[in-house]
Amino acid sequence: MDVILFLIFAIIAVVCAINVVVQTHPISSAISLVGVMGSLAVLYLLLGAEFIAAAQVIVYAGAIMVLFVFVIMLLNAGAETKKGQSTMALFLGVPLLAGLLIVMSWYLQGWFPANTTVHFGGFSLPALPGKVAESGGSAHQVGMALFTTYLLPFEVTSVLILIAILGAIVLARKEMD
Amino acid sequence: MHPISTVHYLALSAALLLIGTVGVLTRRNIVVILMSIELILNAVNINLIAFSHSLPPIEGHPNVGGQVFAIFVITDAVAEAAVGLGILIALFRNKETVLADEIDLLKW
Repeated sequence: MDVILFLIFAIIAVVCAINVVVQTHPISSAISLVGVMGSLAVLYLLLGAEFIAAAQVIVYAGAIMVLFVFVIMLLNAGAETKKGQSTMALFLGVPLLAGLLIVMSWYLQGWFPANTTVHFGGFSLPALPGKVAESGGSAHQVGMALFTTYLLPFEVTSVLILIAILGAIVLARKEMD
Repeated sequence: MHPISTVHYLALSAALLLIGTVGVLTRRNIVVILMSIELILNAVNINLIAFSHSLPPIEGHPNVGGQVFAIFVITDAVAEAAVGLGILIALFRNKETVLADEIDLLKW
């Protein structure tokens, strides 16, 4: 079950990611990117991170992709023409890239031996005496960590967002005379 | 069947990272370059959540530090997309193009 779910959604994610890169029209790339985000949300659920999975769907597949599609429609950019790409680079680059990925996976396998198995919802811990069994990625757990241990980074993040909002407004507005 | 472990998630993350890097390096459209950067940031998120899953619990509580940092990465991605697309709109207003190799204001 876990193996099948992982394989299906990992393959969907990788195929959609390749589609993002090879499609010539930006709208096709954007739709493929939604596929990547959705399948990654399922993979986060497999890892027990329920809150992150929900945030992934809402923020990435919802907000960011709407922003991208909005800008693509606004700029009305058509399909991209290829320019200055040699076939030699294609025939050499793809096998070399696959080889690099295989070597990286090989070394990862050596560094992290396969002793931590992932089960669906396997992040849940056994219930402590007198308490309800809690899941590791629930909004309760993540919120507790976010507002106690990581409170200062959280507050600094709000400053970052404020700066980003101001920057986006200043960059995209029309110059007033 | 061989069970799925943290290594498989790390390999998937490496694959997404490589694909995103290829997208950044080979595409000419700036919108697609920004999408490839989102792919790279998602690869980081997979790593963080897989490590958060594999680390042992602290005092009976699950170790959610990786997931908190994944939230920060998502926030960063939103800010980066907003500012990047703002820059793109400002560029398009001046140069009438979204292709990265035609924007050569600084080329001498």
